[in-house]
Amino acid sequence: MTSERSSSSNGFNPAALLRDERFWKIAFQVIVVAVVVGILSFLVGNLSGNLARQGISFGFSFLSNSAGFSIGESVVTYNPQDAYAKALFIGLLNTLVLVVAGIVLATLVGTAAGVASFSTNWLVYKISRAYVGLVRNIPLLLQLFFWYFAIYGGLPNPSNQIGISGLVYLNNRGVSILWPESTLRLWIGLAALLIGAIAAVLVWRRRTHVMVEQGEPGKTQLYILWAILAAMLLVFIGLGWEFPEAVDGGGSTGGRRLSREYVASLSALVFYTGAFIAEIVRAGIQSVSKGQWEAARSVGFTNNLVMRLVVFPQSMRVIIPPLNSEFMNLAKNSSLAFAVAYPEMYAVANTTYNQTGRPIEVFIILMATYLVINLIISLGMNQLNQAVQFKER
Amino acid sequence: MTSITPNTSPPSPPLANQPGPIAWMRKNLFSDWFNSLLTVVVVLVLGYTVVGLLTWGFTVAQWQVIPNNLGLFMSGLYPRDLYWRVWTLLGFVCALGGLSWGVLGRNVSTLFSRSVLIGIGVLCAFIVLFPLTRPASLKLLPLLALVVGMAWVGRAIAKKLPNLGVWLSAIWLISLFPLYPLIFNPIPYISLVPGSILGGVGYLFFGAGRPASPVNDWGGLLLTLLVAVSGILLCFPLGLLLALGRRSQLPAVKWLSTAYIELVRGVPLIAILFMGQVMIPLFLPDGMRPERIARAVIGLTLFSAAYLAENVRAGLQAIPRGQSEAAASLGVNMPLTMFFIVLPQALKIAIPAIVGQFISLFQDTTLLSIVGLAELLGISRSILANPTYLGRYAEVYLFIGAIYWFFCYAMSLASRKIEQKLNTTH
Repeated sequence: MTSERSSSSNGFNPAALLRDERFWKIAFQVIVVAVVVGILSFLVGNLSGNLARQGISFGFSFLSNSAGFSIGESVVTYNPQDAYAKALFIGLLNTLVLVVAGIVLATLVGTAAGVASFSTNWLVYKISRAYVGLVRNIPLLLQLFFWYFAIYGGLPNPSNQIGISGLVYLNNRGVSILWPESTLRLWIGLAALLIGAIAAVLVWRRRTHVMVEQGEPGKTQLYILWAILAAMLLVFIGLGWEFPEAVDGGGSTGGRRLSREYVASLSALVFYTGAFIAEIVRAGIQSVSKGQWEAARSVGFTNNLVMRLVVFPQSMRVIIPPLNSEFMNLAKNSSLAFAVAYPEMYAVANTTYNQTGRPIEVFIILMATYLVINLIISLGMNQLNQAVQFKER
Repeated sequence: MTSITPNTSPPSPPLANQPGPIAWMRKNLFSDWFNSLLTVVVVLVLGYTVVGLLTWGFTVAQWQVIPNNLGLFMSGLYPRDLYWRVWTLLGFVCALGGLSWGVLGRNVSTLFSRSVLIGIGVLCAFIVLFPLTRPASLKLLPLLALVVGMAWVGRAIAKKLPNLGVWLSAIWLISLFPLYPLIFNPIPYISLVPGSILGGVGYLFFGAGRPASPVNDWGGLLLTLLVAVSGILLCFPLGLLLALGRRSQLPAVKWLSTAYIELVRGVPLIAILFMGQVMIPLFLPDGMRPERIARAVIGLTLFSAAYLAENVRAGLQAIPRGQSEAAASLGVNMPLTMFFIVLPQALKIAIPAIVGQFISLFQDTTLLSIVGLAELLGISRSILANPTYLGRYAEVYLFIGAIYWFFCYAMSLASRKIEQKLNTTH
């Protein structure tokens, strides 16, 4: 290439270089990196200048200082003399309590609403569609305020509280529900439940095995299964439930008291995320081809069985990846609970920033925390995703 | 169309087997015992709820809080003597909206079909019969007339110039520039001069020549819409670049884009917004402090761009390699292939996801109320803090909920229409 025009330039031809794709690839990257590094160094330079002017030095040593603020509710004991690190940890625990309950309940609500949109009952179908169309188009924060101020705030005060057959008490401070007492009995009971669940799964597998391999009806295993489930139910009832009891002059003791902040945040997160999950479930079920329905029906399955055994397992492949990002959204959206003064991670971090005046450090902690939460959700969902993928050789 | 042959008229649909109401109920509500039980339970619960809501709405609720504060809801503390600007803006938008309607509907046989006419009639009747604040709400009638008139004009023009449809989005985009200073620039005489575009932008972002009128008093629906539109306009190009960067074969570009997208997607928006209010001034040279609104728009844009990038990337991934290979074999270079062959197809696929992201950006503007801006939710909270309206939570939140619902639903409806229009599969 260069030899043709070597007369015009001494062995090196800039025009040829400009036509060379490899040169442009490298040059472009160099330019991009240079621009990014330039902008970053400009910003960081400003930052260090500004921080030096304010007399702040970067570092995380403030975390061991005494926090000095109280936190409205916490899972483990905390007092204001504890360090900032402890306070942030309490915030993290509160976030996790909200996120885990939110994920479980939102999945239930969303799956129910998603399956309901395939109902042959016109009314149920319409209600499911209306729920999704309404909730998805209204901002979460507004819904949160609505739950907190209009619905739970509109409940009667503790002296006129609503009791539902002694199981639940509702008033404008919060909700009391029955809850197992934390005694040795509870832990033994939980262990028994776990063993029962494992046994049930094993028996179920055994039943499938004998039915498929030996062509037996599997009746014996079915009876064993029923017996295990009945025993589990008995253990569950006997966990040592503590009933909330109304107190004269308002409020209740015993059971588990959930603050109004927590209940409102949970309701808003569950119903908002549930609407999105409903759409995911609906799309997943729709993605299973019609032939699967028809084939299953033609071999004599009832509608219910087709859904349970044929369509739903296949739709899981389509459902799980978007469900993963919906769970991560729920985890991030849980930070909005801060707006109704639920002391979760973001709220505590914000107070920490206000007291210490260290935006950068607090932001790094926040970022790392939410990244780790999302990473854990993602890892769990990926495991689940692998379990439902096509088993190919 | 002088002679109409039977072939040109669409075949009439088969006569629907219209069941009577009893048969319909039997099929859809009472097909078996389970469905019947379900129907009865649902009807009971629904009836109880609806009756309760209606009783509350007509007896307990005090709706006076809405009309008394309509001005606040719509434009916050925007100076009253400058309301004409807001009305001008609304007129502008109505005129453009009508024009677009006319241009887009140029091939429809009757633009004002019966259902549209009925809709307009109902709207007029509603405005006249339920005046929220009489003098202001009557101004809506000429606006409605403007929409209809411009639709007629747009149709007439579009019949002469069929290419106008292509330029419609460009017209909207260009017209935004004079509209911005109209709202943001507090000095009246330069507001309509095109040269004030830079002034408006500079003022907004750097507080250049800060005048007496406090920017941060603007609020209500006006602020919500302005922030949402600015966020959407700014995050789209950024998201597009990030998506292209993440799909790039150049390692440096790819890693930088990926790192940005994943880091931003890992953090809640409220953290970005709140810390943005604090940190953006820290990262800028001493003395440079963008307005609070601008800081919010920056935070919202940086956040949404990362999500948008993922939506666009999904679209890009759906385009088969053969498309770019075919272009390469014809000698089209990389950038041209990207912008004329791959991107148009990818964006078409990604439209529902992109509009979904715009909808959530619109909803995310409510978070600005937490960082102290009086957008629609923020102004509602300050109205509710007024002792006169103490405890009117349900009324106010239902009202603004309806507004948010209207805009989000309109966006998703538009997305579905565009999708249908661009659908070229057979």
